[in-house]
Amino acid sequence: MNIRIKFRKYGAMKFISHLDVMRYFQKAMRRAGIDICFSEGFSPHMIMSFAAPLGVGLTSGGEYVDIRVNHAPPSAEAVRRLNETMAEGMDVVSFRLLPENSKNAMSIVAAAAYEVRFRDSREPVDRWQERFHEFLKQTEIRIRKETKRGSQEVDIRPWVLAYSVEDRSVSLLLRAGSVHNLKPELLMQAFCAWAGTELPASALQVHRKELYAEQGDGDSRNLVSLEELGEDIG
Amino acid sequence: MRKSALSDEILLSVQNPARYIGGEVNMCVKDPEKVDIRFVMCFPDVYEIGMSHLGIQILYDMFNRREDIWCERVYSPWTDMDRVLREKKIPLFALESQDPVKDFDFLGITIQYEMCYTNILQILDLSHIPLEASGRTKEHPFVIGGGPCAYNPEPLAEFFDLFYIGEGETQYYHLMDVYKEWKKEGGSREDFLKRAAQVPGIYVPSLYEVSYEEDGTIKAMVPTCPEAPKRVKKQVVLDVTDTFYPKKPVVPFLKATQDRVVLEIQRGCIRGCRFCQAGMIYRPTRERDLSMLKEYAEEMLKHTGYEEISLSSLSSSDYSRLGELVDYLMDTCGPRKINISLPSLRIDAFSLDVMGKVQDVKKSSLTFAPEAGSQRLRDVINKGLTEEVILSGAGQAFEGGWNRVKLYFMLGLPTENEEDMKGIAWLAEKIAERYYDVPKERRNGKCQIVVSTSFFVPKPFTPFQWARMCTKEEFLHRAYVVNHEIKEQKNKKSIKYNWHEADVTVLEGILARGDRRISAAIRRAYEKGCLFDSWSECFQNRLWMEAFEECGVDVDFYTTRERSMDEIFPWDFINIGVSRAFLEREWKLAHEGQVTQNCRQRCSGCGAAVYGGGVCHEHQN
Repeated sequence: MNIRIKFRKYGAMKFISHLDVMRYFQKAMRRAGIDICFSEGFSPHMIMSFAAPLGVGLTSGGEYVDIRVNHAPPSAEAVRRLNETMAEGMDVVSFRLLPENSKNAMSIVAAAAYEVRFRDSREPVDRWQERFHEFLKQTEIRIRKETKRGSQEVDIRPWVLAYSVEDRSVSLLLRAGSVHNLKPELLMQAFCAWAGTELPASALQVHRKELYAEQGDGDSRNLVSLEELGEDIG
Repeated sequence: MRKSALSDEILLSVQNPARYIGGEVNMCVKDPEKVDIRFVMCFPDVYEIGMSHLGIQILYDMFNRREDIWCERVYSPWTDMDRVLREKKIPLFALESQDPVKDFDFLGITIQYEMCYTNILQILDLSHIPLEASGRTKEHPFVIGGGPCAYNPEPLAEFFDLFYIGEGETQYYHLMDVYKEWKKEGGSREDFLKRAAQVPGIYVPSLYEVSYEEDGTIKAMVPTCPEAPKRVKKQVVLDVTDTFYPKKPVVPFLKATQDRVVLEIQRGCIRGCRFCQAGMIYRPTRERDLSMLKEYAEEMLKHTGYEEISLSSLSSSDYSRLGELVDYLMDTCGPRKINISLPSLRIDAFSLDVMGKVQDVKKSSLTFAPEAGSQRLRDVINKGLTEEVILSGAGQAFEGGWNRVKLYFMLGLPTENEEDMKGIAWLAEKIAERYYDVPKERRNGKCQIVVSTSFFVPKPFTPFQWARMCTKEEFLHRAYVVNHEIKEQKNKKSIKYNWHEADVTVLEGILARGDRRISAAIRRAYEKGCLFDSWSECFQNRLWMEAFEECGVDVDFYTTRERSMDEIFPWDFINIGVSRAFLEREWKLAHEGQVTQNCRQRCSGCGAAVYGGGVCHEHQN
């Protein structure tokens, strides 16, 4: 049985690296007595995979880890058992059964929703809200992106799927996953460069709100949260 | 939400910010308004090392069981954070509450090795607590030291208000009660120290005066007030089963050095190796009950979620019910994919059988610690391991599929001659030859023998406390002899040789047997920038040597000097149960190459029987 767990990461937990979050969840499974499956071989490991790593310093309301279990308790009970041994700032939101043969979270991530806020007095330019609108009105935003094979010029505008500017923050829906992945920091750096300035160090406070999979076909886009692909166990 | 002593900006600017935020699973949080005593326990090294230490976990659990005490933790900020805290003048804080250490009632520092002494000063300095105890007022916490290095606390005497000599499980509650009473009555700082000095095992350095002979040795050490006892007696837990042990140890997010459940099966060691301080100061050997260990193994695994459990003791093979314990663990842990690690096992048929079951033979290596290369020298140090035992153990292991062996030795041991040094290479060669005796089709490729030598440092409360230590040049020469001899061996390609740094050994030697007069040099070294001396990338020998010179400390006096049998040592005021007469006897027997039997074979009358428990009284009921 494949299970998708949704969890939140907030407060001081934003300083826990992705690698340590993985180690943390392995221990959490044991503490909660989840009957998780192991790989074969002399050094078996838990069958567990995370949807998308979250950078150090970011908080999130929508992180996902998929696991395979031999037997699953009812969702409400599993959530309760897991949360009983969680550290403050890391808690489980849902524990859902995935359909047979469903793809793992990592391979289906297509977009991520973020809320990005400038820390107090770190706004890069005056009237940044208006400028941000102007910036995204461009049909093309070319930046140099560092890749494993060196730097490459890319157009990131198509990767900004939706946005809205509020008084102190912007909400962004960005391409994510293994094909195209746009980090909010990179977009904001491009914005600042366009506005003729530089993004000050640790100016941004980034909160990931949700991760989505693409369920549409061809032209029509239909993003659904990863959580929606599973069902609660009664 | 919990508060944070540091801004996001600072935390994002350093390596591993998780070192400074606390919030781990099983961390203890209390309402500061509802407790009488705030205690912060410190391991003066980086978080990942400090969090691996069992002692702090035991004491943390013990203190927090009391409603009137909140015990928290603090570790050495790494050099990047050190710079930030100084620059921004942010006082060092405890992980749990994130409150400044300087506002606590007690700062307890465990002193596990000499090379952390400058880190102790860093902790005080960053906490904005005066380095010298004499400079502290009622506004400051009492700084109390413990752990193995507290058995010679004198080099650190100036920096601590008190030391706790012995095992923390016994007198800390008592000391806390004394503190509460004093606090209620509102006496002076000195008044508390005088009361504390009457608690068994507590040593208050400021209540003693040391005088010196013309040759620099100690003339006398006397209490300056009636409250301070002439001798301070080591405290031990007699019943190691019905005592404090954490069922829910704190589980770090970061991968600590000890990333597993640690189950201490016994305390002390029956062996009596003459160089080994732990083997003397933790006497008498006491075993925990099998049923207690089973219960705690279960509980700790459940509450931590670790995927590995390690048995801890100085010599696990000597635990009388090891077979039963290991069987139990294999039965319960195997199906749950929990690994079992068994360090400090003697290599014999039993341990090979167990190791074959719990580890991947192809990946693991066998470890032998003969400590000396020749039988003659092994007799001198009372290491009861013979060449025959090593070769037969290695042989059985090779037949069982192992092909990697690690060998640990010490260089610079008393009476060591060239034959002893070369004997290291010869023993490694014999082991390699034993490997190639195994028919080719049953061998697992080539064998790898890794020989490591450390340099011998004489330690207080050992039979070798009188020993002259080698100079740096002598040490390096010995390593050269070994290296050269290994190159002469037929199977030299199967033998790899590593040796330890000599500079850091000399420093360890000074600090280990130092007295009060070297405090100033430790402070000077710290002020010059010495920190994290146990980290080779941080160690700065030149600064240390300058500090000794500027403070008029004669390095040779503490290291290479021959000590007379009747010399008064800085640590002689501590009574560890093991008598000085026994240590003297052992020192003489060492020179005669006479071995002393272990505690189970025959009592050698070391003196630890005065505690009335443990191995000394095993068969008397």
